Amino acid sequence: MRTTTPSQDFVRGIWRENPVLIQMLGLCPALAVTNTVKNALAMSAATIFVLTCSSVLISSVKKLIPKEVRISAYILVIATFVTLADMMLQAYAPVQHKELGAFIALIVVNCMILGRQEAFSSRNTVYRSLLDAIGTGIGFTIALVMMGGFREILGIGTFFEIPLFGPNFEPWVVFVLPAGGFLTLGFIILAMGYHAERKKAREAATA
Amino acid sequence: MTDRPENEGLDVQTIDPAAPPPPAAGEIPVDKPVSTFRLVATLAVAGAVAGLLIVLVNLHTKPIIDAYRAEQLKLAVYEVLPGATRYRTLYLVDGALAAELPAGAKASDYRQAYVGYDDAGQRVGVAASRGESGFQDVILVIYGFEPDSGVLLGMKVLESKETPGLGDKIFKDQDFVGQFFARPQTPLITVKAGAGKGLPGEIDAITGATISSKAVVGIINHGLAEWQPVLAQGIPEEAP
Repeated sequence: MRTTTPSQDFVRGIWRENPVLIQMLGLCPALAVTNTVKNALAMSAATIFVLTCSSVLISSVKKLIPKEVRISAYILVIATFVTLADMMLQAYAPVQHKELGAFIALIVVNCMILGRQEAFSSRNTVYRSLLDAIGTGIGFTIALVMMGGFREILGIGTFFEIPLFGPNFEPWVVFVLPAGGFLTLGFIILAMGYHAERKKAREAATA
Repeated sequence: MTDRPENEGLDVQTIDPAAPPPPAAGEIPVDKPVSTFRLVATLAVAGAVAGLLIVLVNLHTKPIIDAYRAEQLKLAVYEVLPGATRYRTLYLVDGALAAELPAGAKASDYRQAYVGYDDAGQRVGVAASRGESGFQDVILVIYGFEPDSGVLLGMKVLESKETPGLGDKIFKDQDFVGQFFARPQTPLITVKAGAGKGLPGEIDAITGATISSKAVVGIINHGLAEWQPVLAQGIPEEAP
């Protein structure tokens, strides 16, 4: 008995099981590099690449990996993709590499990628793993861009490098500092929790 | 259908139909002893394949990356020596500058200084690069200066992994970078933005990136301290 359909595999990671906001995975990049929207998008693009490649590879060789050493094998696969992506970008897209350079090494420690391999790709077909990886990647992007937008608007006074306020705007520098990342994540999760509570209360009232 | 139940070995039950679907139960292998040899062999093979892939890609990409770096260095020399139209590379051999390397030596093993000249053949200044630890990783900076007066002509960050949005302002923030082109007197002093006393070598640090700012200033100061005594011995004339 299958419990999910392929379309559910795809949609699930986007919002209902959003990797950052619900599962609380991949918080390291979500906190570290979301001080502007551009950084958030760059990090997301690099992460989606590694997540998709790793998911496809691991789901296709899952039967060959004994489960005792699966975590080491997953890390090996992820780290290899990260290194390859780093070198290829540096050689063929040096300008983009300069922008993305600092993010790429951070992808290895993104436990969201490892989490998807362990929870999904190691048990599902290549096709479903691909859908899951893309869906999760989109969810990751949404979360990061939300955080990046919030922090950039308050901390720098711009959105996607477009100034929003007049020259007299005094940026709230704490929001681009690491502490602002924690504050922002806290506020977003608070808002989501509040919304979920209200929804539950409404449903209870109508029932 | 697979030949064994897909949720074998897992307690997967859907209690509430409205609840999010439980993680898809797949072909989790049942507990059966796997030989240590198989475990070691799997990882060894995976490691070897990964290593091989990295080596192959590296062999292929390294020449491209090196050529690009050399090109960037060339552009950077002209950037930090405003007015220079050509430059020559000198090597630090046994504590003195030499235009030629000892026979059979590799250029990358020696510290290099780039002497820039303008159209009239006048010396504009000397550029050199230096790397030191920043906030994250080594920051590689190239700087140009007038060896006699100790005035800084320019600075460019060649490589850095400083925090995006904060530390990376050492090369993205034109107000910060511009200070190094305003002919400050060395040694440079880092001051908190706006708290300067108007001394000739003051550099306003970037708010939120004091360590990165100080690292850049430190690199330039240490670099000049290293090169000025060498340059004071005289710069070898060009071969006619």
